[in-house]
Amino acid sequence: MGWTGKILRVNLAKGTCTPEDLNMDWAGQYLGQRGLATKYLVEETDPKVDPLSPDNKLIFATGPLTGTCASTGGRYSVITKGPLTGAIACSNSGGYWGAELKFAGWDMIILEGKSKKPVYLCVIDGKAELCDASEIWGKSVWDMDPWIKSRHQDPMMHVAGIGIAGENGVLYSCIINDLHRAAGRSGVGAVMGSKNLKAIAVRGTGGVKVDDFPAFLAATSAAKEVLAANAVTGEGLPTFGTQVLMNVINEAGALPTRNTRDVEFEGAHDISAEAMAAPSGKDGKPNLLANQACFGCTIACGRISKVNEEHYTVQNKPEYWHASGGLEYEAAWALGAATGVSDLDALTYANFICNEQGIDPISFGATLGAAMEMYQDGALTEKDTDGLELKFGSAESLTSAVELTGRAEGFGKELGMGSKKLCDKYGRPELSMTVKGQEFPAYDPRAIQGMGLTYATSNRGACHLRSYTVSSEILGIPEKTDPLVTDGKAGLVKAFQDATAAVDSAGLCIFTTFAWTLEDIAPQIDGALAGKWSVDRLLEIGERVWNLERQYNLQAGFTAKDDTLPKRLLKDAAKTGPAKGLTAGLDKMLPEYYEARGWTKEGVPTNETLARLAL
Amino acid sequence: MHHVILGAGPAGVLAAETLRKQDTNAKITILGAEDEPPYSRMAIPYLLSGQIDEEGTYLRQDAGHYKNHGIEVTRARAGALDAKHKKIALEDGGEVQYDRLLIATGASPVRPPVEGLDLPGVHSCWTLEDARAILDLAQKGDHVVLMGAGFIGSIILEALVSRGVKLSAVEKEDRMVPRMMDQTASGMLKRWWEEHGVNVLTGTQIKQITRGEDRLDVSLSSGKSLRAKLVVVAAGVASNTGFLKGSGVDTDAGVKVDGFLRTSANHVYAAGDVAQAKDFSTGEFSVLAIQPVAADHGRIAAQNMAGRETPHRGSLNMNVLAALGLVSSSFGAWDGIKGGDNAAMCDADAYRYLRLEFDGDRLAGVQAVGFTDHIGVARGLIETKLRLGRWKDVLMKSPERLAEAYVACAQGIR
Amino acid sequence: MQKALVIDPVKCTGCKQCELACSYVKEGEFNPAKSRIRVFDFHQDARFVPYTCTQCAEAWCQSACPVDAITTNERGVKEVHDALCVGCKVCTIACPFGTVNYNASTGKVIKCDECGGDPACVKACPTQAIVYVDVEQAGFEKMKHWAKRTDAGAQASH
Repeated sequence: MGWTGKILRVNLAKGTCTPEDLNMDWAGQYLGQRGLATKYLVEETDPKVDPLSPDNKLIFATGPLTGTCASTGGRYSVITKGPLTGAIACSNSGGYWGAELKFAGWDMIILEGKSKKPVYLCVIDGKAELCDASEIWGKSVWDMDPWIKSRHQDPMMHVAGIGIAGENGVLYSCIINDLHRAAGRSGVGAVMGSKNLKAIAVRGTGGVKVDDFPAFLAATSAAKEVLAANAVTGEGLPTFGTQVLMNVINEAGALPTRNTRDVEFEGAHDISAEAMAAPSGKDGKPNLLANQACFGCTIACGRISKVNEEHYTVQNKPEYWHASGGLEYEAAWALGAATGVSDLDALTYANFICNEQGIDPISFGATLGAAMEMYQDGALTEKDTDGLELKFGSAESLTSAVELTGRAEGFGKELGMGSKKLCDKYGRPELSMTVKGQEFPAYDPRAIQGMGLTYATSNRGACHLRSYTVSSEILGIPEKTDPLVTDGKAGLVKAFQDATAAVDSAGLCIFTTFAWTLEDIAPQIDGALAGKWSVDRLLEIGERVWNLERQYNLQAGFTAKDDTLPKRLLKDAAKTGPAKGLTAGLDKMLPEYYEARGWTKEGVPTNETLARLAL
Repeated sequence: MHHVILGAGPAGVLAAETLRKQDTNAKITILGAEDEPPYSRMAIPYLLSGQIDEEGTYLRQDAGHYKNHGIEVTRARAGALDAKHKKIALEDGGEVQYDRLLIATGASPVRPPVEGLDLPGVHSCWTLEDARAILDLAQKGDHVVLMGAGFIGSIILEALVSRGVKLSAVEKEDRMVPRMMDQTASGMLKRWWEEHGVNVLTGTQIKQITRGEDRLDVSLSSGKSLRAKLVVVAAGVASNTGFLKGSGVDTDAGVKVDGFLRTSANHVYAAGDVAQAKDFSTGEFSVLAIQPVAADHGRIAAQNMAGRETPHRGSLNMNVLAALGLVSSSFGAWDGIKGGDNAAMCDADAYRYLRLEFDGDRLAGVQAVGFTDHIGVARGLIETKLRLGRWKDVLMKSPERLAEAYVACAQGIR
Repeated sequence: MQKALVIDPVKCTGCKQCELACSYVKEGEFNPAKSRIRVFDFHQDARFVPYTCTQCAEAWCQSACPVDAITTNERGVKEVHDALCVGCKVCTIACPFGTVNYNASTGKVIKCDECGGDPACVKACPTQAIVYVDVEQAGFEKMKHWAKRTDAGAQASH
């Protein structure tokens, strides 16, 4: 109950689809989704595997609450070894695809090997088959998704797949489901492409049951009321989306701007939630037309936006005149602040292209920001960039670059390597704003110190979603801490990391935790699953998952030296804002963190820690 | 006011109920030819498959229904109509005086001129009495030959298969359900039945049936012959208009009616399988012997009989057919109209087929195999003549988005 | 007082909590494919449309049923009686709104019955896009209008 108990194993080399039973012992120890799939990956692959080789595996996993009426209970994650980082990759997505997989009767799909020719996987309830994808190979997600639905004559199918970027190894290409929801980070799309797998189309007409319906309904109803009553989840996110943060973070002096040279962006307001909601264009309609919920979500933070039809990006291109997934905060930051561009329509268009071709706007925007700085410094010239004038603030450069990268053409291929490889290639490694090869997102660790430790220790490379201490440091959730100090941040980061790993393993969205604590979540899981599911058990699972990921990375060759930040954050003080004069105090936080984690000074889990977590 | 209704099928019963709603004081009499409470022929296949008992076929489940509504149901077969004097002579003597008459006498199975159709062991499958005989003869493992694989034949087919008989279906036309689906769809259906163990012989006629010692021998136009314990004849039906000869009520394939379901005789109306009424799609007057049309006719005719003038704008031809889990349906001008576009998607392996026929940017006809969700919107779109606008382009590429197109157009999402 | 489901698509976010609640109440599991209400996703037009039976006064499904398996209850709601339904599907083609569906796993048809006067979808909707109100209220007129626009014309728009 909660789980379907079934895994679909697909061997792409042999072309076989084989059902197998879910390992229920592991499910008890790792819950589901992120945790459970990581356990499978660890057990089945060598951490030293080349991420883009047939020996790497790609796992699509749901959580036990996926497909239930728990608010936000529609998530799935993609777990694999990431080609951008060489570390474990776990990218989490909403939309409707994850729930549909559950309704088809599967907890997880494990894909192994490499298909000889392009294929897509079609899962209709218990029936799974690999189908010829030659007609959609080379097509964007937006062309491929309707093609598959038409081919199977089922508009109720949900499709997750890659665009041209993923086929061509753009190292931060993502897997897009439902046209504009993304398993976004670490290049999971490139892994899919390397396997010659274009998409997974799913249709499920079965049901999901839980262990104790009355208890489950009581717990989920109570938890929904908590979300509705909370200022962030009940009001801020539905009204403004994650973009509610743009002005807030800018005012905190924590908005990394122009490749993190600055911490405030003068154009922030022009690309903020408020700007999205303001009337614009000839028709007087705002950029933001509606908000959309993912499956089961009672928050509904998703943005449905439109590019102004007169904007240069879409003139005479009616195929881009419809509404689609609009700017989320991280995307708006990366496409805007990181590149210095404040043209909202250009950003919205670039975001559309990211969704259409399946590329991570965070990594793309940050990489373009680095390229722009190299261009400005003369390390890159127009000869290198196919004539692109990569000036900070140039909307035209942004939109041309995103088109090229989405199609992996010309200089877009170089941008598609990510900022680390790009900066290395052009001799300016210090300009790459990455940790473990992954671009960090929209919070400057000099002004939000906890985020420095978050980036440095994130198991999938720099990421805000592994321990979103912004909650505490800026928004005061669950309690306010000072963003400018390092004291207490090690414990805060660990607590967030463990709780987040549990949430990511449950089938829920991390945004619920603006309102929920594990006290709200545990009763929902307890109602869904057999056995006792307490807050302590969830915290232990979270910690277990975190340590399992850590071990994977250590075995993959990472060391404590990789738990660091770009030099710019460690050496160059913030020039303006509340954090003026501050650098990221990682050196103070990191030893405390290792200690709090029960790791050695070299960042290795001690035997006691491993034994305590039954690892 | 005395309303007399000839026929106790759905058209007659719906008419009686509608009349009662319109006029609480009128006298309402249904004359049914069979010795059963009003029942539904549509339900007979489910009686054969054992899903329901005979009571399950009754059109109204409450035993006191007719009495409670002041509707008298009498067993009597009309012998002749004297429209001038508003009289019906009954076959077994006596007569009934009416003020308004509804002819809803339905149809009867056609018996093709094939030698041996009168032998014991050869049955139509039309009445409850037929059903009882078939229930008795068609036991598990028995050889059964079905003559005719049109719409009615195909419905019976499923019932017979579910009884576990060894079945051969013989259809003289080149495909199954020729008046409901095109070659692609009916080919799919044939293949489906063959995969489920049915011997389907299309383009084949039954030439003769002879009685062997303990079986029937069915000789075919192909020169082969089949043996059978039971032969079920489903070679079509014809309207029951015989009793109207010389009555002054015009008949053709059925009783001719106008746009208010009035016959050529004053105060006489017709509805259901016997009525040759307007076809929504073609605009022509033809017999559409299907349940929803009978229901529509019954209601509209009754309103007119009660003096509430209600035009009949034409009924839509539509059919739905189940074949052991494979559901197919067709609506309206499923075979297209002159100059109209069409869109078709076929996935033969998955037994899915959808064909849409357009009249400009309006939907005119639909054929569907393997689609059931929201399929009624096909009727909605055809009958409302809703303009599809840009959704027509969507449907030309993706016919499966029919329900979406309907909801969008009705919601003004264009 | 007669009540009716009134749907305001503009408020719908597409979360499908209504489908989950409906399928739980009717099927004892979370299963949108068997929900009596369905949310249509028109996100490219920035709209989501919850869609279900409008309980027509003269219901095509009911008059087309050959075995009296669909009846009108005291609230004007058309109910399917599983014990009588033979699964002939005639109602599914007769309903011009497409809101009577065939459930292959039971061999019966399914449609909205307003949960006996306490619709689960209404309680589950986080944005009040679906409400259950007295028919006299203005919203119902809109609903009627919508029904009229999509029905087969005068024949049944009583």
